[in-house]
Amino acid sequence: MAPHVIIRTRMGTIAGIAALALIGIGLALPAIAPRALIQDLFTILTLLTLAQLWNLLAGYGGLVSVGQQAFVGIGAYAMFAGVILLGLDPVLAIPLGGIAALALAIPTAFFAFRLQGAYFAIGTWVIAEVTRLLVAQWKALGGGTGTSLPREATSDIIGVESIRALFGVREAAARDILAYWLALALAALTIAAIYWLLRNRLGLALAAVRDNTEAAKSVGVDARRIKWAVFLIAAFMTGLVGALIYVQTARISPDAAFSVIDWTAYVIFIVVIGGIGRIEGPILGVIVFYILQSTLADYGAWYLLTLGLIAIAVMLFAPRGLWGLLSDKTGLHLFPVQRRLEGIDLKGGK
Amino acid sequence: MIWIDTLVQGILLGGLYALFAAGLSLVFGIMRLVNLAHGDMIIFAAFAILLITGSLGLNPFLAALIAAPLMFALGWALQRFVLNHVLGKDILPPLLVTFGLSVALQNGMLEAFSADSQRIPAGPLESASVNLGIVTVGWMPLLTFATAIAVIVGLNQIFYRTALGRAFRATSDDPVTASLMGIAPKGIFAIATGLAMVVVTIAALYLGMRANFDPSIGPARLIYAFEAVIIGGLGSLWGTLAGGIIIGVAQTMGAAINPEWQILSGHIAFLIVLLIRPRGLFPRAVD
Amino acid sequence: MILLETKGLTASYGQFRALFGVDVSLSAGETVAIIGANSAGKSTLLRSITGVLRNDPSMVLHRGEAIGALPPEIVMQRGIAMVPEGRKLFPSLSVEENLKIGGQVRRAIGPWNLEAIYDLFPILREKRNVPGTALSGGQQQMVAIGRALMSNPEVLLCDEISLGLAPVVIRDIYAAMPRIKASGAAIIVVEQDIGRALSVADRVYCMMEGRVTLSAPAATVSRDAIHTAYFGDAA
Ligand SMILES: Nc1ncnc2c1ncn2[C@@H]1O[C@H](COP(=O)(O)OP(=O)(O)OP(=O)(O)O)[C@@H](O)[C@H]1O
Ligand SMILES: [Mg+2]
Repeated sequence: MAPHVIIRTRMGTIAGIAALALIGIGLALPAIAPRALIQDLFTILTLLTLAQLWNLLAGYGGLVSVGQQAFVGIGAYAMFAGVILLGLDPVLAIPLGGIAALALAIPTAFFAFRLQGAYFAIGTWVIAEVTRLLVAQWKALGGGTGTSLPREATSDIIGVESIRALFGVREAAARDILAYWLALALAALTIAAIYWLLRNRLGLALAAVRDNTEAAKSVGVDARRIKWAVFLIAAFMTGLVGALIYVQTARISPDAAFSVIDWTAYVIFIVVIGGIGRIEGPILGVIVFYILQSTLADYGAWYLLTLGLIAIAVMLFAPRGLWGLLSDKTGLHLFPVQRRLEGIDLKGGK
Repeated sequence: MIWIDTLVQGILLGGLYALFAAGLSLVFGIMRLVNLAHGDMIIFAAFAILLITGSLGLNPFLAALIAAPLMFALGWALQRFVLNHVLGKDILPPLLVTFGLSVALQNGMLEAFSADSQRIPAGPLESASVNLGIVTVGWMPLLTFATAIAVIVGLNQIFYRTALGRAFRATSDDPVTASLMGIAPKGIFAIATGLAMVVVTIAALYLGMRANFDPSIGPARLIYAFEAVIIGGLGSLWGTLAGGIIIGVAQTMGAAINPEWQILSGHIAFLIVLLIRPRGLFPRAVD
Repeated sequence: MILLETKGLTASYGQFRALFGVDVSLSAGETVAIIGANSAGKSTLLRSITGVLRNDPSMVLHRGEAIGALPPEIVMQRGIAMVPEGRKLFPSLSVEENLKIGGQVRRAIGPWNLEAIYDLFPILREKRNVPGTALSGGQQQMVAIGRALMSNPEVLLCDEISLGLAPVVIRDIYAAMPRIKASGAAIIVVEQDIGRALSVADRVYCMMEGRVTLSAPAATVSRDAIHTAYFGDAA
């Protein structure tokens, strides 16, 4: 067992340094990268963040939500409300998205946690539908057809002017760079936060809850409270991502902001294909997803058909995803939380 | 008078929702599996019936009669070759597989049949109505409701009067002990899913004759079915009918006030029931 | 003729090894008792025979054929019926349905049918329409035995049929054993109640910590030998 520990730690350290280097490169990238690449990276980073959050819920918490689009949508709409109704700067309105999602998550959890196991999934979906239908009644924000961020609001977003000056780009490109940086920060923060959570008490508690609620209770882990906590954290972060996405898009409608395909199906496929229940999974998954999307995007519905079938095949033949296959072959663990959880003596902990 | 009319329409609409829900309830009751592709399978069956009526020039009821065994075979194979391999203590794999199936099926249908709205032609039945004194109701909603009752009675007969039904219940209680009785649980699961697909075909027949459908509307049917099942209390088919009726009445009432509120009112009714009776109106005693 | 046999049977739950090379045999018409303390591996042995735990094919032989890797439903259809530990009646089935389901897949020709079971355990006839799990423990045990008999099995495996029952109830249930034996089935009774087991058995095996520690004819086995096999020498 001992050599294992050392290898893992060293691997973890290397991965940590590599991650910092990657973030550095990511920050500097707009200096040389074309605008299209920055936009693609924005999409990838926001999807990655959503996937990490869904993975936290389903992969670690056992909460299979099919209703995360509720939090993307409400987050986006709250940001729009902040800009249009309160006259806030779009970037400063992003936290409103997190707060609104958190507020929505409380009644959602209250209802959905009454549903056992698999029915929880559809329960969250119902809440997302209800929220979409209610938001479509919000006439001040365009009702069912939606609305755009006003020119005045998008023309002088905080920081855009400095970015223009720094890179010598046009205003629209500078906005993309700002959104990209925010997405990078959010992704890095989310991954770091989840990693930290899983390595600490919450990780142990989650493992206990996931594996056996009864046993968890007997060692003093309150399964209900843990599930609530995970659900609310994920909702808050998802709301922030939703707001950020729509700062970049600048145009919103209920159907788009609450799309189960865009904000939940893609995300689930990324996690499943990459490897559920591990932090590396969504990272690998989003890369595979991006490659698939670039090659198959012209084929319309075939693309989604293929994604669905791949997800089924992965669950059948490699239920721990591509990362699972890879780490079985190589013994690689970039984010060593898994072993720690398995090895822990529950009676000793806490 | 308008309110009585709305109420009756809502009750009859509940019959359609009960048909959506019966297959979902059947599968969940026997193997604790929630099929997220259930709604898309209803749409798929509706396209199958449409194709058969079109290509063979058959009346839709006969077409459904042909589609039913095909759907049974499909359900059987799906369970046997895919779902049985992911069933287990962990609910995640089957959920994700059926979710993948839902997206794949929707987009497969989109490629095969385009996004255009379709309808199964039902001839004079489409507009025929009957005067019941206080209200006039269409033959089609009436027939749907009667069929829902017939399907529930039929399923209950199978469940409580046949050796197959006994095996269903025993496997649902305890698959390991059932296997000690010579029953192969995975075989039973395959038959159950096949049977659920027959019910799905019947639901599809009425869905397709009553209104337009296209490849994208499956998930909403799944949600109505799910709401009916939860309101009814898991495992009770009559409860499911009651659940369907509650959703149906809430929708027609909501629509009568403001057409935009139709769907929303159904969901709200569901949430209210979940709030005051978390285990549904008719929860099963055992379990 | 040897009907059923295990040869070097090993079994594990995950990493945990529960059986270490167990050899037992059962001849036609014979009744064999398997005794042993808690956790000796008795139930694991029966689970391996019935296929609930899969093994190497040749570790379990039925009429000389390797059945160790067959699933339970196939093993049962070959005529090996089980009365599981803890009775395991189906809660959604009535008493009569519980009985019927025992014989609905395999119905060999033989003496057992609903009427014969009701004659064996008359109380069940009165309770035929009650849910199986609404009965007392002893009555549930009768249903579990009747359920296994309904298929007219060649081999009947009984796992601790006296578990948790009052002595008078145990006596009533064991009173049925001679009639079951007389109907021709070969029987394995797993018991912790040594006296009961020896009273019906022709031969006895004793198990301890996953191994067979004694194999002897029931009529002549000495109390001391059993004591040693049951608790080990060290004690
Ligand atoms: N499902 C299981 N998972 C893990 N270990 C098990 C399982 N069932 C039994 N064991 C272990 O296997 C060993 C043998 O158990 P088994 O049930 O065969 O004993 P037994 O002789 O039938 O005991 P008892 O008289 O208590 O029924 C025990 O150590 C037990 O803890
Ligand atoms: Mg035992």
